[in-house]
Amino acid sequence: MKHKGRNVYMISGGVTKFAKATPDMDFRLRVKKAFDYATNDINLELKDIDGSVASYFSDHFQRQLMSGIMVQDYLGLTPKPSKRVEGGGATGGLAFQTGFEEVASGRMDVCAVYGFETMSHVNTWKGNEFIALASDTNFDYPVGGFYTGYYAMMAMRHMHEFGTTVEQLAKVSIKNHGNALHNPYAQSPMKLTVEDVRNSPMVSYPLTRLDVCTMSDGAAVAILASEEKAFELCDKPVLVKSIGTGTDTMRLSDRPFQKVPLLPNEKESDYKNLKYPGVHSFRAGRTAAKEAYEAAGITDPLNEIDLVELHDAYTSSEIQTYEDLGLCKYGEGGSFIEEGKSELNGKVPVNPSGGLLASGHPVGATGIMQAVFMFWQLQHSVKKHFKNDALQVKNAKRGLIHSHAGTGTYVTVSIMEAVK
Amino acid sequence: MTLDYDAKMPETQEGTEVYNTDPLVVKSHYDIDYIHSYAQDSEFFRALGKKKLLGSKCKKCGYTYATPRGHCMMCGSETEWHELPQVGKVHTFTTCYFGSEKFLSETPFNLIMVEFEGVDSLFMARLIGADQEDIHIGMKVRARFKRNLQFSPTDVYFVPARE
Ligand SMILES: [Zn+2]
Repeated sequence: MKHKGRNVYMISGGVTKFAKATPDMDFRLRVKKAFDYATNDINLELKDIDGSVASYFSDHFQRQLMSGIMVQDYLGLTPKPSKRVEGGGATGGLAFQTGFEEVASGRMDVCAVYGFETMSHVNTWKGNEFIALASDTNFDYPVGGFYTGYYAMMAMRHMHEFGTTVEQLAKVSIKNHGNALHNPYAQSPMKLTVEDVRNSPMVSYPLTRLDVCTMSDGAAVAILASEEKAFELCDKPVLVKSIGTGTDTMRLSDRPFQKVPLLPNEKESDYKNLKYPGVHSFRAGRTAAKEAYEAAGITDPLNEIDLVELHDAYTSSEIQTYEDLGLCKYGEGGSFIEEGKSELNGKVPVNPSGGLLASGHPVGATGIMQAVFMFWQLQHSVKKHFKNDALQVKNAKRGLIHSHAGTGTYVTVSIMEAVK
Repeated sequence: MTLDYDAKMPETQEGTEVYNTDPLVVKSHYDIDYIHSYAQDSEFFRALGKKKLLGSKCKKCGYTYATPRGHCMMCGSETEWHELPQVGKVHTFTTCYFGSEKFLSETPFNLIMVEFEGVDSLFMARLIGADQEDIHIGMKVRARFKRNLQFSPTDVYFVPARE
């Protein structure tokens, strides 16, 4: 970051329980519930909030344009400043970072970031069609527009380059669905075996139904504040240490074949014959991590990060993301899960909440949900919010959240730290 | 003009489909035809009718694209049309057993990314004439063209080519 700006803290958060369909609430009421949870947790009043950022992905899902202002209105935040931020699956991460920028720049002392998506108004296959419209409509969508298909092709190439196996993919599904057994907010907690994952219906080879996240209704809210306000309003604020963002070409077909942008713990000789990113890796994820690590002074991610909430819309993308984040070298993602390094009690727990695979993926809420779960981890308040502390990572001091849009077009990485 | 104190809105016999009464859930229909312009990509679609596969080549740095684009992502310069070979290799693939609603009736179908000798980027297409277990990365494939053009990128598709 060229100008770091003011320190930014997260001071509260709220999440609705994600579910396939919750027709008894519309998006405004759902955000209101998450918002009230966040404000009640620290007795925050509307007058303490200077403005907001609205996070939602698709206008198609609700056929309601300007949903953002309807939420702003319903929450009683008008006439304060607000804007919508959108970037596919990374919408939540981008909105969280926009809230960071509002506070870091000095424009706002307290900023509410709210995210939501209502995916239940259309059937699952229509929903997939809407999501596929987030691929190039001249060249990609008409060929068979289906995001699981695109990710499956990336997974196949990852397997070809590095020897990643379908059993390793299944282990991610088992871990994340299993963690979710202790997360009362999660949509699909499940105890699974490799056979369960491999025997569930094939969606796009090699990805089965249990390698893929589901559609969800949900909302999440994160409240960010300046240092002065944070310690005035909250007993245990969490520092948002740094942010990083990367992008890549809309079309998978345009991804170049170049050299890996190295992290401090890697050498050029590690990747002598690797053409990067091709369609096996997410260059935007590496770019985002590099920016966030440089700003936070992280040179050895595996040893300097205590836990990660990352965008596992597919089991394969979790494995690919271990590598982008430098938790292991490119090519070692499969063995990273196989050796249990990302398990709840592993070297660096990844998706202790259950991730998107098991918590759900109401797109605009997802990246903010990750911030809320990470905030509770770093506050060591998981027990209070989950009513059990099975998922509390004992040594949680520094966490990484990662949000990701279709085939890795936009990726955000934000580093959060406990300060007391 | 006079004020009509008993004015009544005319009513029709149209009804609303109700899925659920509490909460009240109704059917809301939406349909639209777009006037979609292929704009600077138009020549690609017209060329498919002449059984030609057109990519792009950067006029300045020479980077070649299997999927055409008007300007180069490497240097920002304008590209020119560049005819591609019609035989390539499978760079990666999948078989879709489910899909978006629009393509659900076509499942299962194979998606491939094709790499061409001497071309820097890839091309996404359908592959027919092979089942999932017959396809492998590196497999030689050949372009075929539909006779009745739909002006869609699926006017070109690939089939296995003899090694
Ligand atoms: Zn160029």
